[in-house]
Amino acid sequence: MDLLTLLQVLDATVRLATPLLLACLAGLFSERAGIFDIGLEGKMLGGAFLSAAIAAVTGSVWLGLGAGIVAALLLSAIHGLASITFRGNQLISGVAINFFAQGLTVVIAQSWFGQGGRTPQLGDGSRFAGLTLPGAEALRDVPILGPIYYELISGHTILVYIAFLIVPLTWWVLYRTRYGLRLRAVGENPAAVDTAGVSVRGLRYSAIVICGVLTGIAGAQLATAEPAAGFIKDMTAGRGYIALAALIFAKWRPWYALFACLLFGFLQALELRPDLIQAVIGLRVQGQLLSALPYIMTVVILAGFVGKAIPPRAGGEPYVKER
Amino acid sequence: MNRMPTWADVILVPLVSLLLAAFFSAIVLLAIGENPWEALKLMVEGSVGSTYAWGYTLYYATNFIFTGLAVAVANHAKLFNIGAEGQAQLGGLGVALVCLFLPFPHWSIALIVAICAGALFGAAWAAIPAFLQAKRGSHIVITTIMFNFIANALLVYLLVNVLKPSGTMEPATASFPDAAHLPSFNAMFSSEETVRFRGAPANVSFFVAVAACIGVWALIWRTRLGYQLRAFGHSESAARYAGISPTKIIMVAMLISGGLAGCMAINNVMGEAERLVLNSVEGAGFIGIAVALMGRSHPFGVFLAALLFGFLYQGGAELALWASIPREMIVVIQALVILFTGALDNMVRAPIERIFNRVGRPPKPERKLEPAE
Repeated sequence: MDLLTLLQVLDATVRLATPLLLACLAGLFSERAGIFDIGLEGKMLGGAFLSAAIAAVTGSVWLGLGAGIVAALLLSAIHGLASITFRGNQLISGVAINFFAQGLTVVIAQSWFGQGGRTPQLGDGSRFAGLTLPGAEALRDVPILGPIYYELISGHTILVYIAFLIVPLTWWVLYRTRYGLRLRAVGENPAAVDTAGVSVRGLRYSAIVICGVLTGIAGAQLATAEPAAGFIKDMTAGRGYIALAALIFAKWRPWYALFACLLFGFLQALELRPDLIQAVIGLRVQGQLLSALPYIMTVVILAGFVGKAIPPRAGGEPYVKER
Repeated sequence: MNRMPTWADVILVPLVSLLLAAFFSAIVLLAIGENPWEALKLMVEGSVGSTYAWGYTLYYATNFIFTGLAVAVANHAKLFNIGAEGQAQLGGLGVALVCLFLPFPHWSIALIVAICAGALFGAAWAAIPAFLQAKRGSHIVITTIMFNFIANALLVYLLVNVLKPSGTMEPATASFPDAAHLPSFNAMFSSEETVRFRGAPANVSFFVAVAACIGVWALIWRTRLGYQLRAFGHSESAARYAGISPTKIIMVAMLISGGLAGCMAINNVMGEAERLVLNSVEGAGFIGIAVALMGRSHPFGVFLAALLFGFLYQGGAELALWASIPREMIVVIQALVILFTGALDNMVRAPIERIFNRVGRPPKPERKLEPAE
């Protein structure tokens, strides 16, 4: 395998890891605040649909991105209503949101565009195109570093760069700001936060809003960033759950989330190129094994065989202020 | 605070939740320019209007009874089993293996062996998440989700690479031999003059499902194990203090749950398709969550809720056929039912409780002195 092929696989890894990463960080904010969120999948799907639909109708991909975020925020609001205001079961609420998005996107897409549950093809003006970073063309011929810069680092859409920048931002917010401290506290011991005079509800709702924004961007990346050209029914295809798996894999920490998502993205990239694995290790690896690997690895991690994954302590429990 | 009367808890609250779900479904239909009333008439006609329609409704209901019971049993031990989908897929594998490779003299023996195989495979698939929850504290919701995906990948692999007869393109097993075919309602209830249930997939498994409802009821409310299960579900620490082993309860509850989900395969794999196809479960495992929530985890409630979802499923298929409403509308309705009966339960319950408290409260004693005007 030559350098160029490797770079192509890694390039695909970065692209495929981006929606996982955004959804994973979204889940991180939510779960660190003590709200379990298995509705990441549904929110991504909602974001993907509305971003593609609005981009197709208005021709503006930025309006599409905004609409995708709004869609994910609306679904987040349902989750907040159910799990914070009415103190319902967060897991059930997440399941409901996933189904809601899965059904509603197709129903609306069919009645709106009449194309069997997809949105119209997005032309070049109405989707995110790859950015050529400064100097990429000029440095292209420099040995080794040139192709790495040109193929791997340059040429992604703006959303990819945003996603990767959100990782240090998340770290900073979580560990270096007062808000982050309170957020982590509310996921571990909400009663203490309440006693300190900080609103548990407010913090949790804020986490859910962040979660909505990030899943909305993740959906927009799936549907409106090259090479994607529109929304297809069920296009998230379990990515929300893989993001959840990555979150557990990363033990709810931002930098580790980046690596987990890159790893799972790499597995997805390999799945697209079964010929490569055969060429390198001389064995035909089943595509199904690759697609199941993130889930298997997560179960192994959860089983505590490779370090124990301990979720935020107050996760999943509604906070009752007074008894 | 006064408690609500039982009838309000088991009938009124689910009914109000259901009405809310129906109301929002109607709004969705209005929004896409369809007439909800016309849609409802089409659904009723298509799902209960003839024995053919009933044949489909009851077929779907059979699937949902099994998965609904599976989720319900786990619920009683306060375990949320999202993995019924994967467990039912594995159950399908078990049923397919015995039907393909064992020679049966009669369908009744085939049915009994298939029930055992389906239950065994389903239970085995539930056993790993159960063990991890009981022994390592891994959250059962996450592990069962992961196991759904692993089951899916496993089934794709097996169907494409191992079980597919050579020379065919479709990833499915060969058809089962004749001796493993279950009698359909058509064969059972048609007399010489009148043909009933013609071409409908409902089959003898429906009665197995009804028997399973009775069995689960007896298990939960009439046995020591059922008592331990419910005690564990209400309070783990109290159950532990009473000498009930959490490991045992988690394992047993999940094994029964997985077994019930696996049993679904006698209906869809053995009774209907008569071979194992890709994605044979078609989301019935997830509908089981809605069914169990609606039915308040009681077998009779599960039975009614499964009938309702059978009606929705078959009615939804008719809608897709006769009106320009996509089949995914069922998924939306399903989501709304889960949302209102499950997640937003308190929203529905609290106002009703308040009304009962106000009505049921004894009248205040008369004040001696009226405040001056």
